[in-house]
Amino acid sequence: MWLRRIARHLTALICTTLIAGLLGATIVRFGPGFESDEQQLDSRLSNQSLQALRDSHASERNLPTFYVRYLGRLMTGDLGVSRSLARPVSQLLSERASVTLELMGLGILCGWLLGLAFAVPATLLRAPIFDLASSILSGILLCVPTAVLALFLYLWDGPVRFAIGLLIFPKVYRYARNLFADAYVQPHVLAARTRGLASTRIFVQHVIPWAAPQLLALAGVSLGIAFGAAIPVEVLCDLPGLGQLAWKAALARDLPVLVSLTILIAGVTQIINSASDVLTAAWPPERV
Amino acid sequence: MRAIRKMALAILVLVFAASLCAGFLAPASYSVQFRNFVSSPACSRFWLGTDELGRDRWSRLLYGTRVSLILAPSAALVSTFLAVMVGGVAGFAGGLWDRVICRVIDLFLSLPWLFLFLIVRALLPLNASLLASVIVTFGIMGLVGWAPAARIIRVGAQSLRNSDLVLQARACGCHGLRLVLVHLAPSLKAVIFAQFWIAIPTFILGEASLGLIGLGVAEPLPSWGNLLRELTNPQAVTSNPWMLVPLAVIGIVVSCFQLLLPEREFAP
Repeated sequence: MWLRRIARHLTALICTTLIAGLLGATIVRFGPGFESDEQQLDSRLSNQSLQALRDSHASERNLPTFYVRYLGRLMTGDLGVSRSLARPVSQLLSERASVTLELMGLGILCGWLLGLAFAVPATLLRAPIFDLASSILSGILLCVPTAVLALFLYLWDGPVRFAIGLLIFPKVYRYARNLFADAYVQPHVLAARTRGLASTRIFVQHVIPWAAPQLLALAGVSLGIAFGAAIPVEVLCDLPGLGQLAWKAALARDLPVLVSLTILIAGVTQIINSASDVLTAAWPPERV
Repeated sequence: MRAIRKMALAILVLVFAASLCAGFLAPASYSVQFRNFVSSPACSRFWLGTDELGRDRWSRLLYGTRVSLILAPSAALVSTFLAVMVGGVAGFAGGLWDRVICRVIDLFLSLPWLFLFLIVRALLPLNASLLASVIVTFGIMGLVGWAPAARIIRVGAQSLRNSDLVLQARACGCHGLRLVLVHLAPSLKAVIFAQFWIAIPTFILGEASLGLIGLGVAEPLPSWGNLLRELTNPQAVTSNPWMLVPLAVIGIVVSCFQLLLPEREFAP
């Protein structure tokens, strides 16, 4: 039963990741500017040089051939060579992954800690002033672009790495607060309250187990949100991570880098989402 | 709470009306350069000063508000329409259709929409016209931002598939498009409207982030995104705090949109 479930998730994960790679390649290949290159605007270049620039795209013109060859090389760990940076893509990814992982990891951790640090007291204390203050704070953060938050932190020598946390915080806070509020009107929680159980015990033993599967699902979604935010943060704050690489590759129409990044991002997000699905399914039904 | 919502709605109407009347309220066109007043501070002639190309910031803010406030809802309309089509078919048809469409939704959800957008936006020809850049910026947002809404609409359609009202409609001989348009869509109206409303601030903030990294609406046409690009110069911000006015306007407008949402629709 469990093996079948995991096998189904694994098959879906591989298929979705490969299709995502193909989708990324298709968008790049058929984008109206695929053949154009900033270097072609250089008036000093001769006709032969311009032709050589155009020929450099030749291997990528036939999309199915490119993708099949790419997947063949991928099996051996070869992701090709970046056209714009003239370096192996695998090397670029491994160098930059640590920066993005640190940025996203810290951001997600900080966002979740802050979100729960506000949502739990708001639920337990039920103090309207605390709830209002938390809602205003999260509301303000929801209304400011993450890129601007990161920019201000960067310009004023603040901790740029927490910018993503400030994006995740209001989402976690609002979702968790609503979820906990829902949990408190469940019959088993009402029964526990009428029997006079301590509020902390009710929260730990009855509210958290009820809300855990949905919080796990949100944890999976946080990853996508964090990577989306990492792109402008890394570009504006000059952090050499995968987000900045994606931006540079997109500007340079660097197909091998973009396809590798698409596969990597889709794969990681799918793994996290599948893990959260499996964990949710594994959660004992009597606790929900 | 009702009073706050009314106030939010009034502010939105006011901002929208001001942007529509930009032609009357703005002292100059958004692209006119006052070369003798480059980087001028705020004064009676230039309420928010001028930028480093000598363009009146107040005029650019009004025109930029028009661009962002007309096109973000348009993009939200496109994405909600796609979400209704995809999510509605998946939820209502069920079976193989549902499984296949769910995979497609998962595929789009696994790629952050900003990343997808970045790829497509950067692949435009280098000589894309102003109008093309505006349409493409917001059009692509609409085309790539439908997946989260589709998932929610799918669940709504699924719950209606075996409902009494649909069974009765079927028993009366109502099928196909008529069933969807006459019975299904009105029942999902609240969900669809909430998804549309949620998408607007998302797209406004998305365009602002893209404008900051130089991939939003092309200059000289102003939008909230490219008005924020001035903030990348820290010294200028310190000496000209009125450069923060576009950011304040974005914050106010987005918070008004958030306030008009039903409380339970805040979930990401």
